[in-house]
Amino acid sequence: MYRVEKAERIADRIFEFWINAPHVARNAHAGQFVVLRIDEKGERIPLTISAAEGDLVRVVFMTIGKTTTQLSSLKAGDGIRDVAGPLGHPSEVKYWGRCIVIGGGAGIACLPILARELKEAGNEVLSIIGARNADLLLLEDELREASDELVICTDDGSKGYHGFPADILKEQVAEGNVDAVWIIGPAIMMKITSGVTREAGIKTFVSLNPIMVDGTGMCGSCRVTVGGETKFACVDGPEFDAHLVDWDEMMQRQRTYTDQEHESLDKYHDHVCRLEAKLNE
Amino acid sequence: MSKRAAEERLHDFDEVDHGLSEENAALEALRCMECVRPHCMKGCPVNIDIPEFINAVSEKKFHEAAKIIKAENMLPAICGRVCPQEAQCEGMCVLAHKDKPVRIGALERFVADWERKEGMELPEVAAQTGKRVAVVGSGPAGITAAAELARAGHKVTIFESLHAAGGVLIYGIPAFRLPKDIVETEIQQVLALGAELKLNHIVGRSVPVEELLAYDAVFIGTGAGLPYFMGLEGENLNGVYSANEFLTRVNLMHADRFPEYDTPIVRGSRVAVIGGGNVAMDAARICRRLGAKVSLIYRRREEDLPARHAEVENAIEEGVEMVCCANPTRIIGGPTVSGIECVKMEMCEADDSGRPKPRAMEGEGSTFTLDVDVVIEAIGQGPNPLLAHLIPDLELGKKGNIVVDEDGRTSIPHVFAGGDIATGAATVILAMGTAKKAAKSINEMLSS
Repeated sequence: MYRVEKAERIADRIFEFWINAPHVARNAHAGQFVVLRIDEKGERIPLTISAAEGDLVRVVFMTIGKTTTQLSSLKAGDGIRDVAGPLGHPSEVKYWGRCIVIGGGAGIACLPILARELKEAGNEVLSIIGARNADLLLLEDELREASDELVICTDDGSKGYHGFPADILKEQVAEGNVDAVWIIGPAIMMKITSGVTREAGIKTFVSLNPIMVDGTGMCGSCRVTVGGETKFACVDGPEFDAHLVDWDEMMQRQRTYTDQEHESLDKYHDHVCRLEAKLNE
Repeated sequence: MSKRAAEERLHDFDEVDHGLSEENAALEALRCMECVRPHCMKGCPVNIDIPEFINAVSEKKFHEAAKIIKAENMLPAICGRVCPQEAQCEGMCVLAHKDKPVRIGALERFVADWERKEGMELPEVAAQTGKRVAVVGSGPAGITAAAELARAGHKVTIFESLHAAGGVLIYGIPAFRLPKDIVETEIQQVLALGAELKLNHIVGRSVPVEELLAYDAVFIGTGAGLPYFMGLEGENLNGVYSANEFLTRVNLMHADRFPEYDTPIVRGSRVAVIGGGNVAMDAARICRRLGAKVSLIYRRREEDLPARHAEVENAIEEGVEMVCCANPTRIIGGPTVSGIECVKMEMCEADDSGRPKPRAMEGEGSTFTLDVDVVIEAIGQGPNPLLAHLIPDLELGKKGNIVVDEDGRTSIPHVFAGGDIATGAATVILAMGTAKKAAKSINEMLSS
């Protein structure tokens, strides 16, 4: 059992968990992930490591399916059956010069650790974060502290720049002072945003999140086509050169279990409803 | 043994047969010729004293028999079930030539099952040496090495990356061939010898390489965990699985019981399994139990199938259709699978293995399409590259396997390896045999 030390809702449907997992926390780097299984009947899901301090590892997730919804119901003091990691290659942290790190949705939570490591390697770091509206933004202060500069974007203009991170990136690319870019967020956002740096040939990393089972290269569930070759996101990635990724195929494979995911979530909601009804009797 | 009817088997994941009774075991044991120079033992990769244990069974001294087996093999209930005895002990039995060999595998299984029921006795453990040994992987090789090392009095820590111990015994081999409680019990026996098990630990990641190399000795048994894909067009469509993924989803994650268990699986109504080995048979037989019509596509003839004869027979009984002399050329569909196109193969001159070489036919009528909605590729797997590549100075072979000498030594003096990571994909028992050798070398090194 791995104890949840802190569980907090930090934005609409987005949760921040600190989990006691020394074997992960002590060896974690930006770009890596954990695979966790809540209980005996649970599935194994990958979550990117958002921070590590002492024996604690932080993950930030949005409730989407059954597992993330169930996870969000855990409180400090509860246990998670299994936490394996850190998995995958760390981000390619070295001296690049001027780096831009971009986050969307829950992916924003992956930026502070990356920005800090890039800064420690001597880089100048501009962070750009985007969300549909101000309520969906997260970890702003922490990220501001970790970067040289922070730009906030909202689709509806409720905070910061009214528009997408891709717009800001476009301006930066036009100014010609960008050496490396990281984009972490929903697949469609990574696909579109990385298009901005393609022509200029700026090295752009994305963190892919295909469906995984073991996370150790054993099953091939997470295979993606990168530069015409089959790669396993769990052991060859999860970060890849954005301009080489076959995005359409990856997004198609992400939808493999859509029907079952709905079925599982509906069943869970039913179960919770019945439980609550019983408690209220 | 009493084999259950196929129609009955298709409704559950229980074993095909329930093993020998005490009476029948003793009678079978009496068939042993007690050869002066027993050949059967030469066929056993872990050197069990076969005539001795069979003799004990014939006298119904079952505890004694268990003791004799466990002196050499801590996983007898597993080996009794999954060893290819026909190519090993039973294949070498003098009776094999004129009659049927003594059913050594069934007897081993009987003894192990009997002991599990009646109460297990732990083998003796030597005085503590104070030496620390790391075992990486808890599959057949790791567990065997851990048992040998713990018995020699070393402090053994087993690291396992998954949430359950057993490696391929847990994620790979389905319950109808190897019930999971048996695997758990036998692993518990090894842990009872004093070995410590750390789950969810990925060596090279959760345990840094420097920390690993700081142990007095290291045994690597990380297995053949890298699934090969054929590289077919359409291979990344939704519903195409490696056998590893398909088996892991069902055996380890219980996707067959979705949504009670959270892990989903694409439930095909018509499935194509590509390959002819034991893994292909396992995948095909699982699909039959999930209610699908199953075609197994194999490029050579039915008599060339590399799977154990008994498994092919079980698969056919259970309604798996063998599509032999055929090779897939492309998977059709988008985004889900709708079919698989194959080319017929003709058998030509014999190759190095002595079997005729298959060659794709040409011209009209040489291709055909099967309507399927799931494809499972069971064409083999390579050494798991995760750890091997993270250890500097560790010599690797062309295919990424760890290079070892006869005694399991690697290019690093206190690091040893065994099982599929060293030999390439082989059998449970061969992995155990190489692990035993490596453990012996470790014991020798640590006592000198």
